Amino acid sequence: MNGEPQQALLSVRSLRVSYAVRHRGRSVQLRALENVDFQLRKGEALAVIGESGSGKSTLARALLRLIAVDSGEVRFRGTDLLRLRGAALRSMRRHLQMIFQDGPSALDPRMQIGAILSEPLQVFRPELSGAERRSAAAAMLERVGLKAQHLERYPHEFSGGQAQRIGIARALIVEPELIVCDEPLSALDVSIKAQIAALLKSSQQQMHLALLFIAHDLPAVRDLCDRVMVLYLGRIMEIAACEALFRAPRHPYTRALLQAVPIPDPRIARQRRTPPLGGEIPSALAPPSGCVFRTRCRYAIERCARELPLLRSVGESLVACHRAEEI
Amino acid sequence: MLNGAAGILQIRGLTVGYRTPQGAVTAVDGVDLDIAAGECLGIVGESGSGKTQLLMSILGLLPPQARLGGSIRYRGTELLHLRASALNRIRSARIAMIFQDPMTSLNPYLRVLGQLSEVARLHCGLSRRAAEARALSMIEAVHIGEPARRAHQYPHELSGGMRQRIMIAMALMAEPEIILADEPTTALDVTVQAQVLSLLQEVRERTGAALVLVTHDLGVVAQLADRVGVMRAGRIVELAGSEELFTRPSHPYTRSLLDSLPRL
Amino acid sequence: MSGGGLWYEAWRRLRANRPALSSGALLLLIVLAALLLPLLSPYNYYTLDWNHLYLAPGWHGWHLLGTDALGRDLLVRTMWGCRVSLLVGLAASVVSVLIGVFWGTTAGYLGGRVDGLLMRFVDVLYSVPFIPFVIVLTVLFGRELILIFVAIGAVSWLDIARIVRGQTLALKSREFIEAARVSGVGTASMIVRHLVPNLIGIVVIYATLTIPTVILFEAFLSFLGLGVQSPMTSLGSLVAEGAGRMQSFPHLLLVPAVLLAVLIFCFNFLGDGLRDALDPRER
Repeated sequence: MNGEPQQALLSVRSLRVSYAVRHRGRSVQLRALENVDFQLRKGEALAVIGESGSGKSTLARALLRLIAVDSGEVRFRGTDLLRLRGAALRSMRRHLQMIFQDGPSALDPRMQIGAILSEPLQVFRPELSGAERRSAAAAMLERVGLKAQHLERYPHEFSGGQAQRIGIARALIVEPELIVCDEPLSALDVSIKAQIAALLKSSQQQMHLALLFIAHDLPAVRDLCDRVMVLYLGRIMEIAACEALFRAPRHPYTRALLQAVPIPDPRIARQRRTPPLGGEIPSALAPPSGCVFRTRCRYAIERCARELPLLRSVGESLVACHRAEEI
Repeated sequence: MLNGAAGILQIRGLTVGYRTPQGAVTAVDGVDLDIAAGECLGIVGESGSGKTQLLMSILGLLPPQARLGGSIRYRGTELLHLRASALNRIRSARIAMIFQDPMTSLNPYLRVLGQLSEVARLHCGLSRRAAEARALSMIEAVHIGEPARRAHQYPHELSGGMRQRIMIAMALMAEPEIILADEPTTALDVTVQAQVLSLLQEVRERTGAALVLVTHDLGVVAQLADRVGVMRAGRIVELAGSEELFTRPSHPYTRSLLDSLPRL
Repeated sequence: MSGGGLWYEAWRRLRANRPALSSGALLLLIVLAALLLPLLSPYNYYTLDWNHLYLAPGWHGWHLLGTDALGRDLLVRTMWGCRVSLLVGLAASVVSVLIGVFWGTTAGYLGGRVDGLLMRFVDVLYSVPFIPFVIVLTVLFGRELILIFVAIGAVSWLDIARIVRGQTLALKSREFIEAARVSGVGTASMIVRHLVPNLIGIVVIYATLTIPTVILFEAFLSFLGLGVQSPMTSLGSLVAEGAGRMQSFPHLLLVPAVLLAVLIFCFNFLGDGLRDALDPRER
C-alpha cells in the first residue's frame, strides 16, 4: 500500500429504505433499513451479516438501484448513485455488479451460456465484435473453472455450483470495481461452498475487487472478509475488522450470533451451557423504541428503551450499544 | 457403537429406486441401520445422498413410482409394503416426523389448536375437550409465548421458528417412540436454530424418545447425536459414535466433509 | 446432455401425448384436404349444377358429399369453407398474439402509470359490445373478409394481453431479470430478449386455444349473416344454410357442422398437449 490516504470507493450515508405492505387490510410502510452508514475501500471485502428481517437483501438491491430508496446517499467514486437516471445510471452499472443467491435462477433458462456472458459486453463494450465477445466469454469460463464448450449449453444442464460459477463469470466479465454478493454460498452443498468461496477470494485478489458479501451466518465469512457489519432489524449493530469481531465481539447481538453457531466438535458442543438467545425478531412494522435489540438483550437497561444508541468507537470496533464498554 | 440390545427399528438392505426417462435411478443403495430406544442418530450427507429418501421410506411417504426393496422392521413388524390402515396406526402414534418446511406441512386453513388436537383425537382416542387441553399444554411445553393466543392463530401468522416448534409439538402429541426429523432447522435463522436444537435436546431428555436427525450440517449433528452415519450416493459410508467420527474419521469422504468446514 | 435445450424436451413430451399427437396429425390431414381436394374436383365452390340439385351424399361422380339448393358441390364448398375458417382463425390469432404480447409485456414490465393506462384501455375495449361493433363496421365498410379479421382480431388480443401481463409480473421478480438489469440491459432489450422468449410457452398455448374461439366467432357471425359474402363461404355460412333445410336434407347441415366440431376438438387437444409439454412445472 502506498502512503496516500485512500478515498472510500463506496460511501453510504443515512440510507433509509421502506416499502409498502398490506397489514390488516391497510397499506402501511415497513422500514427495511434505517440510518445505514458505512464505507468500503477499493479492494476491500466487507461482510454484511444478518438474519431474516435484518434488511441485508434490501441493502444489496438498494445499492444497485434495483429498488426505490427513501433517502440517503450512496456515493460511488464520488458520484451519488441515487441521483442518477437513464443513460448515466446505466453506464455506472459497469462498475457495480452482483452475484445472486440461487445460481440457476439467476440465468435466463432460454439463453445459451455464451449469450448470457456476452450480454454485459454488448451493453458496456459495444466496440467488440461478436467473435471478440465469444472469445472473452470462453476465456472467462475457463477462468472460473468451466470449459469453453459450455458456451453452447443451457442453464438447466448445470449443477448449482456450476451455475454459480457462471454467475461469477458474468459479474467479472465487465471488470467491475465492486461486486455485491447476495448470499452466494447459501444454496450450495458443503463441499462446493468451499470451492466457490475460494474462487471468489482468488478473483477478488487478482482483480483487486471490492466485495460486499452478504451472508446469514458468520463462519462462512471469516476467511473471506476484511471487515464485518452486523445488521439487526434494518439497523447496524456493529462494524469491526474481521478478526477483531470474531475474537472480541462487542455488541450483545454479535455475541449471541457467534454463540448460536453449532460447532462441529461434539466435545465442545456438549460443554456449552450458555442458553441460546431467546425471543423472536420483533415485527418490522412496530420496532421497539430506542435500541431495537433491547427486547431480547440480557444487558438491557432502562436507558436502552429511551435513547437510540449511536454507532460509536469502542476498542477496535464501531458499536451501537450504550453498555458496550461494560459487558 | 451398538451394544448387545437389538434396535427397536431395524433396517436391512433397504433400496429405493425410480425409473426415469434417462434410465433407472437408485436413491438408496442397500442401507443397514439399527436404531436403539432413546438414542439420537444423526444422518449427514449432501444433496442427492439419499438421506431424505431413506427417512421417508420408513413411514411409507415416498411417491407410488418409488420401488422399494429390503426390510424395515419396527419392533418386529415389517413396515415396507404394510397396508395403509396398519401403517396409519404407527404413523404419529409410534413413529412421528418433523419436516423441513413447516409452512408446507401445516395446513394453512386450520388454526393451530385444531391441527394439534386432531392428532390426539385420532391416535389417543381423546375427546375434543381433552385433546384441546393436551394440545395447549404441548404448545406451552415447546416454549411458545402466550400459548392461548397462539393456539387460535393460523400458521401464516406465526414466525418460522414458532411454526417449527408447532411441528415438534405435533410430533409429540401421541407420545411416539421414535421421532424422524428431516432437516428441521435448515430453513431457520442461526439464533432460532439454536433455540430449536436446544428444544429437541430437552424433548429427548424428557420423553426418552429416539431421534433420527437428517441434515447436511455437521455442526447440528455434533450437538445432538450419539451416533452419526455419513451417507453418500445412497450408501452409508461410515457409521460411528459421534465423538469418534469427528476426531478420528476413517472414510475419506467423511474426512473431506470435515475439511471443507469453515473454522470458527 | 442434449444441446437442444428446452424446446427439444418439450417436443419429446408432446410426442408422448397420444391425443395431442393424433389431433395434430388429423389437423394436418384436414388442411391438406382443404388445399388439395378443391384442385382435384372438377367443380368450383360457385359452380351450379342444375341437373343435380339437393343431391344426397353417395357415389355420384365427384359429388361425394352431395349438393345444395343451387346444385353447388358440398365437398368443394366445405373444403373452401374450411380454408376460409382456418385462414380467419390463424390470421386473426397471429395478429392478436402479436398485439397482445407486446401490449402485455410493456404494461407488466414498466408498471406504474404506463401499466395503468395500457390496462385501462384494455378494460374499456372489453366493455364494447362485440356484435353491435361488428354490425357498425359492416354497415360502414361492407362485408369484406378483411373486416372479419379486423373485428375478431380487435377483440381477441385483449385476453392475451391480460395473461401476458400477469406472466410478466411474475417473471419480473425472477433473479435472472434482476441480473439482466444489473448488467445494464435496457427496457426494449429486456422485453425482446428476456421476457418474450420466456413467455412463448404460454403464448403458444393460448394462441392454439384462441384459434378455435376465433373460428367459432366467425361461424357465429356467418350464421347471423354478417360473415363472408356469398358465393364465398365459410363453415359458419354453410351451417347457416344447412340449418334452414335441416329436416329434409340433413347432410347440408351435418357435413360442415361435423367438420367444424372436429376442428375445434383437434385444436383444443393440441392446445392442452402443448400446455403440458411446455409447462415448466411439469419437470
